[in-house]
Amino acid sequence: MSLKRKDFLGLYDVSKEEINQILDTAVAMKDILTRSVKKVPTLRGKTVINLFYEPSTRTKFSFNLAAKRLSADVMGISKSSSSIAKGESLLDTAKTMEVMGADVVVIRHSAPGAAKFLAENISASVLNAGDGAHAHPTQALLDIYSIKEKLGDIAGLKVLIVGDISHSRVARSNIWGLNKLGAEVAVAGPQTLIPREIEKMGVKVYTDLDQALENVDVVNILRIQMERQESGLFPSIREYREIYGMNAERLERLGIKTVIMHPGPMNRGIEIESSVADSSQSVITEQVKNGVAIRMALLYLLAGREIDNENLN
Amino acid sequence: MKTLIKNGKVYDSKNGLTGKYDILIEGNKIFEINKEIENQGYEVIDAENKIIIPGLIDMHTHLREPGYEEKETVKTGCEAAAAGGFSAVAAMPNTKPIADNPAVVEHLKLKSEQAAVRVYPIGSITQDSKGKVLSEIGTLSNTGVKALSDDGNPVMNSEIMRRAMEYASAFELPIIDHCEDENLSQDGVMHEGYYSTIFGLKGIPAAAEEIMVARDIVLAEMTGIHLHIAHLSTEGSLNLVKEAKARGVNVSFEVTPHHLLLTDKIVGEYNPDTKVHPPLRSKRDKNILVEALKDGEIDVLATDHAPHTFEDKLGEFDYAAFGISGLETALGLIYHNFIKTEIIDWDDLLRMYYYKPGEILKIESEGLKPGARADLLIFNPEREWTIDKNNFKSKGKNTPFAGQKLSGKNELTFVGGKLVYDDRGGKNEILY
Repeated sequence: MSLKRKDFLGLYDVSKEEINQILDTAVAMKDILTRSVKKVPTLRGKTVINLFYEPSTRTKFSFNLAAKRLSADVMGISKSSSSIAKGESLLDTAKTMEVMGADVVVIRHSAPGAAKFLAENISASVLNAGDGAHAHPTQALLDIYSIKEKLGDIAGLKVLIVGDISHSRVARSNIWGLNKLGAEVAVAGPQTLIPREIEKMGVKVYTDLDQALENVDVVNILRIQMERQESGLFPSIREYREIYGMNAERLERLGIKTVIMHPGPMNRGIEIESSVADSSQSVITEQVKNGVAIRMALLYLLAGREIDNENLN
Repeated sequence: MKTLIKNGKVYDSKNGLTGKYDILIEGNKIFEINKEIENQGYEVIDAENKIIIPGLIDMHTHLREPGYEEKETVKTGCEAAAAGGFSAVAAMPNTKPIADNPAVVEHLKLKSEQAAVRVYPIGSITQDSKGKVLSEIGTLSNTGVKALSDDGNPVMNSEIMRRAMEYASAFELPIIDHCEDENLSQDGVMHEGYYSTIFGLKGIPAAAEEIMVARDIVLAEMTGIHLHIAHLSTEGSLNLVKEAKARGVNVSFEVTPHHLLLTDKIVGEYNPDTKVHPPLRSKRDKNILVEALKDGEIDVLATDHAPHTFEDKLGEFDYAAFGISGLETALGLIYHNFIKTEIIDWDDLLRMYYYKPGEILKIESEGLKPGARADLLIFNPEREWTIDKNNFKSKGKNTPFAGQKLSGKNELTFVGGKLVYDDRGGKNEILY
């Protein structure tokens, strides 16, 4: 069992079958995480490098943990503590990792397309952990996994993504992935934070959150960055909370079956009230756990291409 | 010494030439053009099955010298021009220092004396192209600049632009206008639309160009100056210019080969060679520009030759420099895509890539006739070739057209009667 690709850069060109293969593998991985000895020897002798050009806590930690659970040798390189800070180009960094014998390079970068550039210049597998506003496929897959775990089949479900769609790689990857599995996806937010012609991706666009919330099965709430207000994209945090914040009143109108998600880190009291984040409908902490399983699945499917499936058991 | 070019198919209807003619060059001028000129011991060039036209004029070239010699020099840029079939280029002033004073212009003129093709300097509108204080426009005019432009650094302040136009009108210099509202384009890197949305790249809306086109048309109308819109790229800009022309405003515009051939969709490869100002636009914009080309509405074709180093264009799309190295691909692309396919003919090409630029810059552009200077090229329409950036004379290898197969190529370029470029049999030689 393996993916028929060297790299995993986004969900745009990934088939429904591949997505399901990853989700199925993640089920086995999550099982490992519930054991008392949470480690398998599957990727022993394999080298995973986490190359983080952007600050990240949970994604980096999640990838680290995923690699360790599979017994890979894992190393982290971050911008501030390496020659990247001295101005080394991504190409030269790639060449260095190549000769060090990396099997998988996990990259987080603020520039869209950076993961693709790396993939074209290194023979190791490249796993995109977020490139600018372009793609964040592992986040989308863990979101989809979390929805599936809670609600079953994705096909026909109504998923609403709320917030800063313009700057969100999470939104874009979710849209590609969910659409492939047959969900009905909508986005809601101030028009200034909704990118042009996004309808062509196959989503409905709402600027009225209350209207958007009617009959939804899943609400995925995105983090609002304070600097968006400073650059004039919306008037004030207060107004954002009022008009686009997910609060107890809105939650009550949704009914108890609607699933609440947030990719984190949350601005409690701004885009999401604590009572919503901590409600029984929220799967926010489960998303974090599922993230490790999804990343284990992808590392396994990319690095362990020649390793027999039996090793998992 | 005299050179006789025999049996070529000559296109220059402005001088009554369409068909087979022999051309005799003596010194730096054309001596005779006739159906049949007898060889009296001249050096003979056989142009059977080849096309002869005046050497093209590119009115939008970045030669980068002084200051950015790692990207291009006057020497290499002019060699690229010669290879591409140009016998003259107008050099944009955004060098380091900016060509806002006679010293920089004189430096360029000095360097140009040794160059393969003619170079016409363009001076900056404002000092250091900062958009705040007018350059010494009168002095620049006396030094020989043929136009004014703050290309790459648009004049954002409307009052400054108004005063520049008023002041420049005394010297009869056109303003070549890079139209971009920087408040709207911000740090955008590609055309704003569906593709910027899915690629996650920051978009530059068409409005950023159109607002400045509109503003400067209004100011040109008010001041009466000749406004030339550089690298027009959107449907909205085209409509604004057409409307203005209909009202009698003294406005012209140029379009680049890349905006006629490429769209924002290809930016998804994240190839930095597709990153350019203004950005590659939507398919609709491109198609409308091609319609305008077909309908004879485009005044000027210009390359906006913007050479950059390998490193400038390496790696992350967001960090790469803007610009396309265009001199060595322009004619081949236009011939292959538009002349061979009969969307335009050779006389249309000459109108847009020779006569009109000559008229706007007020430089010698008499075409092919006895007594005119012998600037001409011999084009082989049968030649099959592939764009290989490693063969470029330009230091800038930054082309999004690399690997494209074309039919038809410039093989010989004459400037002032001198053969400066010879590519017969793929020699690709600069001779001067």
